[in-house]
Amino acid sequence: MAQTEEVVIGAGQTAKNYWRDLWKSRELLWILSRRDLSVRYKQTIIGAGWAVVRPFATTVVMVFAFSVVAKLKGDTGVPYPLMVLSGITIWSLFANTFTQISNSILINSNLVSKVYFPRLIMPISSMIVGLVDFLVALTLYFIVCIWYQYLPGPNLIYLPLFLVLALLASLAFGLFFSVVNVRFRDIAQLVPFLVQIGFYACPIAYSSSQVEMSRQVWWYNLYYLNPMVGIIDGFKWCLLGNASFFKVESLYSTVGFISVVLSVAIYYFRRQENSFVDYI
Amino acid sequence: MKVIVAENISKKYIIDHQKAARKGYTFRDSFSEKLKHFFGQGDQDEIEKEDFWALRDVSFAINQGDRVGIIGHNGAGKSTLLKILSKITEPTQGEITLKGRVASLLEVGTGFHPELTGRENIFLNGAILGMKRHEIKQAFDAIVDFAGVDQFLDTPVKRYSSGMYVRLGFAIAAHLNPEILIVDEVLAVGDAEFQKKCLGKMRDVSESGRTLLFVSHNLTAVQALCNKTYYFEHGRLKMQGDTKQVITNYLSHIATTKLERTWSTPQEAPGNDEVKIKSLRLEPDYQDKLQHIDVRTPMRLQIEFWNKLDEAELNISVHLNAYTGECIFNVGTQAQVFNKGVVAAELAIPGNFLNDGTYVISVMIVKDTSTVLYQMPEALSFEVEDYRESNLTWYGKWPGYVRPQLDFQISQSEVLV
Repeated sequence: MAQTEEVVIGAGQTAKNYWRDLWKSRELLWILSRRDLSVRYKQTIIGAGWAVVRPFATTVVMVFAFSVVAKLKGDTGVPYPLMVLSGITIWSLFANTFTQISNSILINSNLVSKVYFPRLIMPISSMIVGLVDFLVALTLYFIVCIWYQYLPGPNLIYLPLFLVLALLASLAFGLFFSVVNVRFRDIAQLVPFLVQIGFYACPIAYSSSQVEMSRQVWWYNLYYLNPMVGIIDGFKWCLLGNASFFKVESLYSTVGFISVVLSVAIYYFRRQENSFVDYI
Repeated sequence: MKVIVAENISKKYIIDHQKAARKGYTFRDSFSEKLKHFFGQGDQDEIEKEDFWALRDVSFAINQGDRVGIIGHNGAGKSTLLKILSKITEPTQGEITLKGRVASLLEVGTGFHPELTGRENIFLNGAILGMKRHEIKQAFDAIVDFAGVDQFLDTPVKRYSSGMYVRLGFAIAAHLNPEILIVDEVLAVGDAEFQKKCLGKMRDVSESGRTLLFVSHNLTAVQALCNKTYYFEHGRLKMQGDTKQVITNYLSHIATTKLERTWSTPQEAPGNDEVKIKSLRLEPDYQDKLQHIDVRTPMRLQIEFWNKLDEAELNISVHLNAYTGECIFNVGTQAQVFNKGVVAAELAIPGNFLNDGTYVISVMIVKDTSTVLYQMPEALSFEVEDYRESNLTWYGKWPGYVRPQLDFQISQSEVLV
């Protein structure tokens, strides 16, 4: 027999080797993500095409409703459809990943009650799946921006920063909800609702510059308290260049929210994960 | 060498008496409860909580190469122990030291995704059970061969028959090559041929110096496979040692489960102003020197009750339910007019009728063949043990709630030359 590892099981023991176990389980993480990706479009005709069709169709409807009918203006010099599409691209990353993470423990309940592995694998694998969808949608954006002959400039190098922020934000909120979801199924109802509200509360179909024009309104500070505003504005700024409105200060609340919520969520998750099986 | 050392393992669950069902417990329920308490409403006993010890001070040491059977009634703590050993849940107190890789088979095909093909599921399931990718690749052909699914490798497993599904699940687990293998009732599925294969594989595991823990209700299989046996009762390790000894002891204990309930005065008896139960008795006609009920044992159920009504047309109805709640049968006596006093009834349950399992009897006293005067839902419960002719090579759980011996003939009706 090769080297025999010794494992001690006792109250609070798994905690000691947690991060080591997590690293050891990376193969499982990879295979779970692959499972989720390959299962998603089984028995569909256009398959992964849905990752493109959804943002594209949403953009077309948004452009029609806000630009053609409501005559809303984007930032000067930026094609309105491109602004909407870039906003939808990053918002979908956040919204999809957030939704999937908050359901990740429940949909894998058969695993949770039958085998041991660090439970953080499940939310992280949801994050990888969201990231792959995002990359497909981003390709769509590049094709459309070539069509409009409005290519991204040097700001593009900051794009990974906003990508990481969006993923961390979805992890922070999703992780918290995923734990609550195990005990209170209300979360399954609440999350789609939050995502819907967020879609309108964030600068997707409009630009934050329009909010800037009305600084004295009571909800001005409330608007910038939304951690997603900074991420979305920043992402648009990377793709659309300096013509797109971006206030660096809006990242304060983003970073603040993410660091506080993420630490609380990880702490809460780690404390609760050993009792998941008792409540599922 | 000791590979598993458990010291004073205990596991506590908190039972919520008011909310028996945790599932679907919504935030609003919890919130409104807290609110009620805050305003001083809601009695303390309304959300009475009780500690339940699923395991209590369990200690044991298992040597390398041991094949340990774990037996006990439902709810004795067997599954909880397996869950702790597989790290699915933590013990409340105590510590277990494990040497070597543990693979636990609490269910075959854990994490199989119905949409994925057999090939994809082998890799998925293998990874879930803790195999490395190269190990799965190495064992791939052997797994496919063992399961006998080579034609269907690229078919989604949702199109598999349940037999194929189970075979594939077991095949993957059998090729895990862990130092410690934990198996929970997987033998309860599959046909005789496959079960033989499984038992053989489990023997191989132990003969190659690895350790096996096997939980089963099937004493025959435990006897065939295990050299040591642990007997659990009410969360405690009641007895451990040589398999034969422990099983004999276990069977003699089963007989002492309470098959009789009597009340000496109507005041303390269950019932109401119209009728009160006097006694309930299940009298087995033991077929064996051992005093336990097995599938061959005929039984008589005797019921007595005090009738406080004059000239009432009464009859008794008996439900025999499985442990899981399904009704196996419901029989009633003829209705008859009775006067104040004691009424007695006797029901004969034949041998070679009920299958092995746990059964619950509920008794109902009915007036005018339509009005239920009194019902006792869990009047008595009893356990029927398995019994088979020793020349049978099949160890699986005999399916069905009844196991009647019916006239069933087979013959060769034509000979082809």
